[in-house]
Amino acid sequence: MSASEVVAAAASDEAVRRRDHSAVLRIGEDDGERLEAEAGAGDTRMIMNMGPQHPSTHGVLRLMLEMEGETVMRSKPVIGYLHTGMEKTAENLTYLQGPTNVTRMDYASPLFSELAFSLATEALLGLEPPPRATWIRMLMCELNRISSHLLFQATNGMDIGAVSMMIYGWREREEALRLLETITGLRMNHNYIRPGGVAADLPDGWRDQVLGLMDALPPRLDEFDTLLTGQPIYRERLQGVGVINSAECLALGVTGPILRSTGYAWDLRRDMPYLAYDHVDFDVVVGTYGDCFDRYAIRLNEIRESIGILAQILDQMPPGDYRVQDKKVTPPPRARIDESMEALIHHFKIFTEGFKVPAGEVYAAVESPRGELGCYMVSDGSSVPYRMHIRGPSFVNLQTLPHLMQGGMVADAVAIISSVDPIMGEVDR
Amino acid sequence: MSAVVGPSVFGLDPLYIGGVGLAEVLITLLKVGAAFALLLMAVMLMIWFERKLISDMQNRIGPNLAGPFGIFQTLADGIKLFFKEDLIPERSDRLVFKLAPFLSLVPAFLVFAVVPVGGDFDGSDGRVSLFGHETFLQVSDPPVGILLVLAMSSVAVYGVMLAGWSSGSKYPLLASVRASAQMVSYEAALGLSLVAVLLKSGSLSTNQIVAEQSMWNWNLWVTWVVPMVVFLIAATAELNRPPFDLVEAEQELVGGFHTEYSSIRFALFFLAEFMNTITMSAIIVTLFLGGPNGPDFTTVGWLSGLLWFFVKLMLFLFAFVWLRATLPRFRYDQLMDLGWKLLIPLSLGWLLVLASYDIAGDRGWNRAAAVIAMLAVMAALAGLLALALRAARQRRELDPQGGFA
Repeated sequence: MSASEVVAAAASDEAVRRRDHSAVLRIGEDDGERLEAEAGAGDTRMIMNMGPQHPSTHGVLRLMLEMEGETVMRSKPVIGYLHTGMEKTAENLTYLQGPTNVTRMDYASPLFSELAFSLATEALLGLEPPPRATWIRMLMCELNRISSHLLFQATNGMDIGAVSMMIYGWREREEALRLLETITGLRMNHNYIRPGGVAADLPDGWRDQVLGLMDALPPRLDEFDTLLTGQPIYRERLQGVGVINSAECLALGVTGPILRSTGYAWDLRRDMPYLAYDHVDFDVVVGTYGDCFDRYAIRLNEIRESIGILAQILDQMPPGDYRVQDKKVTPPPRARIDESMEALIHHFKIFTEGFKVPAGEVYAAVESPRGELGCYMVSDGSSVPYRMHIRGPSFVNLQTLPHLMQGGMVADAVAIISSVDPIMGEVDR
Repeated sequence: MSAVVGPSVFGLDPLYIGGVGLAEVLITLLKVGAAFALLLMAVMLMIWFERKLISDMQNRIGPNLAGPFGIFQTLADGIKLFFKEDLIPERSDRLVFKLAPFLSLVPAFLVFAVVPVGGDFDGSDGRVSLFGHETFLQVSDPPVGILLVLAMSSVAVYGVMLAGWSSGSKYPLLASVRASAQMVSYEAALGLSLVAVLLKSGSLSTNQIVAEQSMWNWNLWVTWVVPMVVFLIAATAELNRPPFDLVEAEQELVGGFHTEYSSIRFALFFLAEFMNTITMSAIIVTLFLGGPNGPDFTTVGWLSGLLWFFVKLMLFLFAFVWLRATLPRFRYDQLMDLGWKLLIPLSLGWLLVLASYDIAGDRGWNRAAAVIAMLAVMAALAGLLALALRAARQRRELDPQGGFA
């Protein structure tokens, strides 16, 4: 093919793409302005760029919207503005350093990435963490689920224009974060769940603090109901907006509240139990219509379910060790380092060289607040992963955006981005 | 100069009855200056009040550093904005871009000129004595006062519309389209609910309207509440305040029509917006809540009116902030639905009911019967309209490509 033929083929290809009426806008990321200039006055469609700097694209998501007036016809999410190469970085970090890395992916629910990473590593090691570690992990994950869903309530309210909701959601989330900080030492990016158990035992008085949170939250959630759930404008804005059905969700690989909003009850905690979720009793909240309102209601009620799970965890929390006593994986106690040369060397080796993990590959998945969060890991027998891949639910769920937005208005597009609740750190990794 | 009391270019103000001399000019200038300063001060306090109040509603502290309770925050912001670099986008229409902020600001000032802020209306027509001259406590009382309000709020639309259009950017353009549709359609509801007041007052002069409402004869109940509710909703939309702030919906259109504005030009829009809130509240107080009317509890005659006026004004300012803290934003099509399908028919129907009630009273007919007959006629018309709409919809469903042919 000669050069001119290539250009002609590309041009006709482009012409085909411009007449395409599917939901996804298939043009280059820099082509918007040029195509608009070429289209001339007869073309009533306009290509609008939303993000990466935009108040409601939840970080650095960029959307190219093809619009007819205020109506969104096709759209194209453009990602990569927060790409930090975390999956590649993981190949240079030991298994003990790994959680520090993955915790920075989904910064709104960091403990779930740590958990998926740790579960994968433990599966490769053939290690079973002690029961107390398992239950502590559950406690932390449910607390984190609550804080993450509260963050959604805040941003969702703000995106719809209910500005006070932003503050209320954040206020409640701060209560949950304060508890997380008491236990892990950090508000975010905890590095608390590690291969072999957790970083530290629960502090004194944790039980009262969890009980305090469990008492404080339900009345606040009822206030959210008063402020938003029954609010006619709010319902008008969300009901019937961004509708998707189960078949489409499954075809796109969508999980989490978006899938459940279509009435498809899929929750890894119940359907593929990990940790000790088969020992606690909870409901999988599902919707009916698959619209933004269902996704809002599901997240609100999942907070209530999580509070129920917390109560059961408090009752069943077993005594014992908070990390596995396998000297290959676990550093020696702090006191031993002062008195024993071997312990000092042992400690030094574990934190510099790391521990070796048998060759093999494994996939471990957990139900994060956004859907199935999986960690796929390949080990070549050394102390760092040969390959580590995270199946980020935000990334997969982002595929729904063009389908949800088609035919809606700009205001709907904002509500839809909010209801998909993507965390760009996890999308770009 | 004749001493005839009647409509003139200077309005109905008794100040000009004896002719216009130096004293009259000076008094008028004094009133203009006072109104101007009052409004600017009020805007400054209003911004502070709104920020403090919404902070309270949201469990925040709000501005608290500049001056006691942060009361000088607005002043500090203004000074800061004044010294910011003034950017004009390359693609903008420079002349219109520079003109637009003034188109927003000037009408906001002018509307306040016809608002009677004080005066004793119980027994007299609200005139007070100023340096030995009788006058009204309003800058001007033109015989077409209320029309001036409507005209100015129409002009203000151009400020927003042209600002968005001239920016040469897509978000402001969308906001500009929203602005023209929203403000024009809500102006209809605004005007129609206002006609109900005019029907009862029989005058377009704001002073007359207030005088008609003396002795607790407030239009709020004289027009049976509904016109005021419609007017309040339409005014909120006209002001672009939440839940109708689509024109500057931050979450959707970044900054809306003022996305590309910076420095003092942005400050002018900001000023105009808050000034409009104040003047529109003042207009509602004038039209429906009897303006400065209220029981006199002071010894100085004119002070009581002034106090009552500001108490009522604060009521509405508080309500506007409250709405902003509570309600989510409407979507564009929902806003249009509310305006065209609910507010306009409601205010029109209400006007007809009020009119039939009055006419029945004048002619000595049975008032209840007249109102019921009116309602029946409207119901019949609404039924016919619904039938026509349904037929049209069915025809469109049968032949989606048919159009109007």
